[in-house]
Amino acid sequence: MSKSLNIALLGNPNTGKTSIFNALTGLTQKVGNYPGITVEKKEGTCRLNRNTKGHIIDLPGTYSLNASSIDESVVIELLLNKNSKDFPDVCIVVTDVENLKRNLLLFTQVKDLGIPTVLVINMADQMKRKGISLNIALLEEALDTKIALVSTRQDKGLEVLKDAILNFRQLSIAQSISLNSIDKEYFKNLEKIFPNQSIYKLWLIITQDINFVKIDRKRISDATDFKTLEPQYLKRLQQKETVKRFQFINKALKQGLNIDCEAAFDFRSRFDRVLLHKFWGYVIFFVILTTIFQSIFDWSSIPMDFIDSTFASLSEILKTKLPQGIFTNLLIEGIIPGLGGIVIFIPQIAFLFFFISVLEETGYMSRVVFLMDRGLRRFGLSGKSVIPLISGTACAIPAVMATRNIENWKERLITILVTPFTTCSARLPVYAILIALVIPEGSFLGFNYKGLMLMALYLVGFVMALLAALILSKTLLIKSKSYFVVEMPNYKIPLFKNVGITVWEKTRTFITEAGKIILAISILLWIMASYGPGKDFSEADQIIFQNYSELNQAEMDIKVNSYKLEHSYIGILGKTIEPLILPLGYDWKIGIALISSFAAREVFVGTLATIYSVEGSKEDTIKNKMSSEVRADGKPLFNMASGISLMLFYAFAMQCMSTLAIVKKETNSWKWPTIQFFGMTLLAYIVAFSTYQILA
Amino acid sequence: MIPLNQLPLGVEAEIEKIDLDKLPLKLIEMGCLPGNSISLIQKAPFNDPLYFKIDESHLAIRKDTAKDIFVRFIK
Repeated sequence: MSKSLNIALLGNPNTGKTSIFNALTGLTQKVGNYPGITVEKKEGTCRLNRNTKGHIIDLPGTYSLNASSIDESVVIELLLNKNSKDFPDVCIVVTDVENLKRNLLLFTQVKDLGIPTVLVINMADQMKRKGISLNIALLEEALDTKIALVSTRQDKGLEVLKDAILNFRQLSIAQSISLNSIDKEYFKNLEKIFPNQSIYKLWLIITQDINFVKIDRKRISDATDFKTLEPQYLKRLQQKETVKRFQFINKALKQGLNIDCEAAFDFRSRFDRVLLHKFWGYVIFFVILTTIFQSIFDWSSIPMDFIDSTFASLSEILKTKLPQGIFTNLLIEGIIPGLGGIVIFIPQIAFLFFFISVLEETGYMSRVVFLMDRGLRRFGLSGKSVIPLISGTACAIPAVMATRNIENWKERLITILVTPFTTCSARLPVYAILIALVIPEGSFLGFNYKGLMLMALYLVGFVMALLAALILSKTLLIKSKSYFVVEMPNYKIPLFKNVGITVWEKTRTFITEAGKIILAISILLWIMASYGPGKDFSEADQIIFQNYSELNQAEMDIKVNSYKLEHSYIGILGKTIEPLILPLGYDWKIGIALISSFAAREVFVGTLATIYSVEGSKEDTIKNKMSSEVRADGKPLFNMASGISLMLFYAFAMQCMSTLAIVKKETNSWKWPTIQFFGMTLLAYIVAFSTYQILA
Repeated sequence: MIPLNQLPLGVEAEIEKIDLDKLPLKLIEMGCLPGNSISLIQKAPFNDPLYFKIDESHLAIRKDTAKDIFVRFIK
């Protein structure tokens, strides 16, 4: 019989916790969400010995058990909830050998919860270069635990760690510090009221906004002396506790840790001097950013073209091979173009996440945050808004989640609200096809017009994000305590395995999450375009035959199809909103694409593809079909004025259900996504309207 | 004793006093406690934020926060 142990992996950010997780679990990882919140839940399995498996949960990085964000509170919720199926048999606290003192704070807290805890000292490969030597036996004795000295880079120490996990019953669960030494009266009192409880657990419940399964916060505050529960008083006790813990840690490290500063070779300050330079620092950042965007476009165009043509020929092949009928039509007109619309994003998203992950792994991202903070603060943002704004160019969903480490609520909220203005990859296919249609060939100073237009659209997105932030910062009346703490980690060469797994996970999540919506929408669209109410739809053949009896069969078919589309459910919908969008230069078919784009922008091209293929010949490319569309007066529908108006509409409008859903979860209210939706869409309408009226 | 935002670059100092009511607990957990050594490594343009080495931690905080930390030079 094989046994399974629950193992929780904890650690400060930047300690290489994820590397340990990756080394233990490899590709057995599953990423999901904790119920009801958008915090990522990472799990994996690891074989510990012949008949024992480890079920490992990689908990979000946290500096201590005093949570200041939802990510961090997930950690405490799990560690306090003995009834959870994930409640750990054993905890692993990962520390970085260079930051032992600070990292050990979390270790002492976890151990004091009475859960068997193994200490991992990671990045052992750095010790020699930094002049660090450890006496593991002495440290184990002083900290009263089992230590595994690990280097994931050199693949060392993992066996020691597995052994320690297997022998978890031998681990001491004695307290590192006694809370009574902080405030004897207060904690004795607590002990008296709740005799059989761990005092440290009670203390955590009191100081955090969490409820324990059996005892909730209110019951404790009712039972204990309320006067002493004033927040300021509690905060002082927490500080005293922290001091006590550091005293304990210092004593332990005095015995077991020796740093020879002479032997240390300081990479950090050399790199910092260049990368954080008042002038060159910005130049370097700008060059890196430009290179990233350039390579994303260059490198991904080849696989994207390949995906595009593969899906087109797949449709063609299935059309000839499958028997005719509703199912075949749904497949080749609805599902396959819909799927193609998702798959085509894979290269760009993967490349972008690759670069972001490399920037974070090397430690450079924190430097960018440092450099940008002052400038972005003028717009009501934080230096930490840089990461969401850059990730937003791939997809706003992970970008909104990346705002979580912004401490100041107002800055975080503004970042969440403006991030969807950055040009996400879903806008690209819309821009790509419209630029190809309406922007003429030719070049200016060696740059061709089409490329310049795309660059201008990216710029417009960023500028609007900043502008909107500025306006929001002046109008939102939110007072929130402003503080900003960024750890500046050591520079590291990224681990290929970590980068690879991040890229794989992020891309997979995007495809499955966005994919579900896009697929559903394309099926719904196809149904709505293929059926309609009343005689105009069901008897289209006769109506056309009576009115245009002089046409030949092929021309007749096209007329019938377009008449049917006009009177299908979706046609009726498009016709209804036509008066609203006519002044922007669009017709009812674009109107349908606009409506369906509110689910997700990239649906635009797919919708037009579906509409035109339901309507007319299926062999022609979508671009040719679009360029042959004409207005009532015979002029082409897609010209410079309507094309640019449409691109600007897509640049500003809030057309992404998934983003709105994330914003709702992250802000915990319907108010902000509602404001975002109407604000952005109204802005888009006004801009598109003025553009068309001026250019037409 | 001077507020931390007035500490010159590269000078070794020691944290003397912190304003407990204003500083976030997180900063204290990262080692910002009286008695610990501190030095300014770098200033961002316009002298904000400031990049310190506090004890063994390297971290950046804004000038505003630095005002609530008081240090003295180590002779």
